[in-house]
Amino acid sequence: MMTDNQKDNVLVVLQLSGGNDALNTIVPYTNPLYMDNRPAVRIDPKQVLPINDAIGFNPAMAPLQELWDEGNMAIIQGIGYPHPNRSHFRSMDIWHTCEPDKVGEEGWLGRALRDLDPKKENVLTGVNFGRGLPRALAAPGVPVASVGDLETYGVLTGIEGADQRSEALEMFSKMYAPLIGRNLVKEYISQTGSDALSGADILSTAPQKYTSTVTYGSDPVAQYMRNIAQVHLAELGTRILYTTAPYNSFDTHASELGTHIRLWGEVSNAVSCFFQDLKEHHASDNVVLFMFTEFGRRVHDNGSGTDHGSGGIAFVIGDAVQGGLYGEYPSLAADQLLEGDLHYNNDFRGTYATLLERWMGLDAKPIVGGSFEQLDFIS
Amino acid sequence: MVDNDTALMAHLMRRAGFGAPYEALQAWAAKGYEAAVEELLHPETQPDGIEMDVMERYFIEWRELLAGGTAYWTWRMMNSQRPLEEKIALFWHGILCTGHSKCENPRQQLVEFDMFRRLGLGSFRDILLEISRDPAMVFYLDNCMSHKDAINENYGRELLELFSMGVGMDGHPNYTEDDVKACASAFTGWTITNAVPRYPYGRYASHFIYNAADHDDSEKTFLGETGRFNGEDIIDIIVKQPATARFISRHLYNFFVADDVQVPAWQDTPPRDPEAIKMLEEAYFQSNYEIRAMLRVLFNADFFKQARFAKVKSPVESVVGTMRLVGDFTTPKPGLPAIVAEMRYMGQDLANPPTVEGWHTGKEWIDSGTLVERINFTADQVGNVNLPGIRAIIDRLGAEGSTLSAERLVQGCLEMLGHYELPEDTTSMLVAHVRKEGELRTGTEDFDQRVGQMLQLIVATQEYLFA
Repeated sequence: MMTDNQKDNVLVVLQLSGGNDALNTIVPYTNPLYMDNRPAVRIDPKQVLPINDAIGFNPAMAPLQELWDEGNMAIIQGIGYPHPNRSHFRSMDIWHTCEPDKVGEEGWLGRALRDLDPKKENVLTGVNFGRGLPRALAAPGVPVASVGDLETYGVLTGIEGADQRSEALEMFSKMYAPLIGRNLVKEYISQTGSDALSGADILSTAPQKYTSTVTYGSDPVAQYMRNIAQVHLAELGTRILYTTAPYNSFDTHASELGTHIRLWGEVSNAVSCFFQDLKEHHASDNVVLFMFTEFGRRVHDNGSGTDHGSGGIAFVIGDAVQGGLYGEYPSLAADQLLEGDLHYNNDFRGTYATLLERWMGLDAKPIVGGSFEQLDFIS
Repeated sequence: MVDNDTALMAHLMRRAGFGAPYEALQAWAAKGYEAAVEELLHPETQPDGIEMDVMERYFIEWRELLAGGTAYWTWRMMNSQRPLEEKIALFWHGILCTGHSKCENPRQQLVEFDMFRRLGLGSFRDILLEISRDPAMVFYLDNCMSHKDAINENYGRELLELFSMGVGMDGHPNYTEDDVKACASAFTGWTITNAVPRYPYGRYASHFIYNAADHDDSEKTFLGETGRFNGEDIIDIIVKQPATARFISRHLYNFFVADDVQVPAWQDTPPRDPEAIKMLEEAYFQSNYEIRAMLRVLFNADFFKQARFAKVKSPVESVVGTMRLVGDFTTPKPGLPAIVAEMRYMGQDLANPPTVEGWHTGKEWIDSGTLVERINFTADQVGNVNLPGIRAIIDRLGAEGSTLSAERLVQGCLEMLGHYELPEDTTSMLVAHVRKEGELRTGTEDFDQRVGQMLQLIVATQEYLFA
């Protein structure tokens, strides 16, 4: 637990899996090319919540528009990377590892965690919500708790009876007690078991301490954003919190309009509740939220949905964020497209570098693999 | 007193299959070790026990459930009576990788996995030839994008680097960039029929075709040999390389015997057991590249028999092994996808390896997130005293007398789980725990629960992470 009064900055990441359709998120509602390319899958311009006379929010994003109006939201337009890959897995992998040309093994946030807590003093420096660890958080030897359900998270949760379970956990802690002099694999496994157990012990205190007047939705994103608020408010020294919208939910090949609006309704409400919750507890000033997706979608619709494309959109939200538009909105003109897709104009590693250096106080270069132009959404 | 025959058989079945319940181990042990190995090596002589037509008739959702491929394969691994047929398919899937993240049609991978079952124990030459013609692979590594005038080297490179030779051995590289180019150009024209667009027509299977008009028929020099090589010629040259024998031997050792370093380190790191690798390399050449012959040497060798618990179980081995032990999902019923998903939570997304390099193995399976998933899943399963496999364990231990000593409960549970061994301090801790809870009277509900709980504690140990 942090003992100094100076609160450390915290990064929250919400991954929108499946490839969010940038054009129907921040909508170029007055652009005739949008109408031409989206005969079937377009947002009615009258419904759009205008940002300016060129673009506006998807109508489901009204709760986010409030954060925008308060000047706490950066919209990063045309974000991407060279030679865009349109495979979900590969493209997400590139966003996770910062390795567009070869397959990388370490995640950018895994490396960041190693720098934030080099001596591994806190097993909860990084916490993921959802089952299975995203590669963004993976780095050899870096402990990250991965929590499917915060209310019940722990080791041997299936053992019935409170006494039985606490006795089982005591035995577990002895079974995994780090022993010196055993072989390296066994040492590693003991340490991992101890980390998992102590992480679970500490995390279980978070929901107990938490009270709030904010009512989150019942969808998974809202519940995990609530969990993130609970862990943040418990002041466990957690610096990076991560969660993922359900697997490939944004992959709107078919029946996009209804699905996409529902998804953005859920995400917008969840994010809005999250910031209300933090503000209610006076705990929002050291939190920045980053939302991204692995790629945008094809400019032209397929009659019912949109196929995999490139050139996405990302958001950075928080009290410390200089709200505004960053990057440029990619042109929809046919000769400006890249293989039928929006052309990216700023590398996502520039946004990462901004978050890492200006927010987390880390040296970004070794983490993102080079120097990339930073954006001014954090001064 | 350790029963060596069943203990050794438990080891063999964990490696050549996904483990087996105690009764099955005894039946295998009764055949004798070498005979058991031979039977495993010849799955075609046994019925697989998978009656898809019957299952689809009585459970109409089944066909849909299995459409994605992973549930079908998991089902097979859990229920096949030919354990090595499924295990060798898993072995090849981890080396000759395709992933459904880059696959137009998930069923396409089923064709590939079937090929691994059919040819997986046969000649490595045939395996390489068929994987080069496998539509899922042709698409996954872009060979369909490789043309006479615009060569895409993706498949040509991985064929050498990850599928057959490896970048180097004994500190030296195994091939040059020119070899990669020659290899890639020899495979031009090896393509697939045009896939029908997924929208709005749905998913269609693709088929391999050889397009002679798009094949680069020029003279090529590959690994020192020169000729107007086509893909088959390249494979013929690859399979006779010592590097190929080494590469396959190391893979077999790492998968079936003991955890070694990861593939990228093989150029500069000698094998964990050079003598064992030498034996496997010799079997490779003597048998004309036959995997079955290599495995015969491997399973009968002392280095194998002595390698008990020298491997961290993969998530697939953990989940499938647990399901085989508890005897659930022996007939169609809902809920199988949730079991399959557990493998992904534990870090192995079947049919979707993270990269073309496959999964990293050994201790890399374990991190604080995957460890919790693994222990909780396994403990939930073995603690369910209503499952047939756990019921059988309880009945077997219960039949030993009207009461059971604490020592015997711990020892008996370890045996039933496949002759696991624990360090002395862990064993005495478990014994003390049982003693504290009072006398064990068999045939009572209390007894059932305490057996279930002991199994839960054992599967939570470090030792149970190993196979």
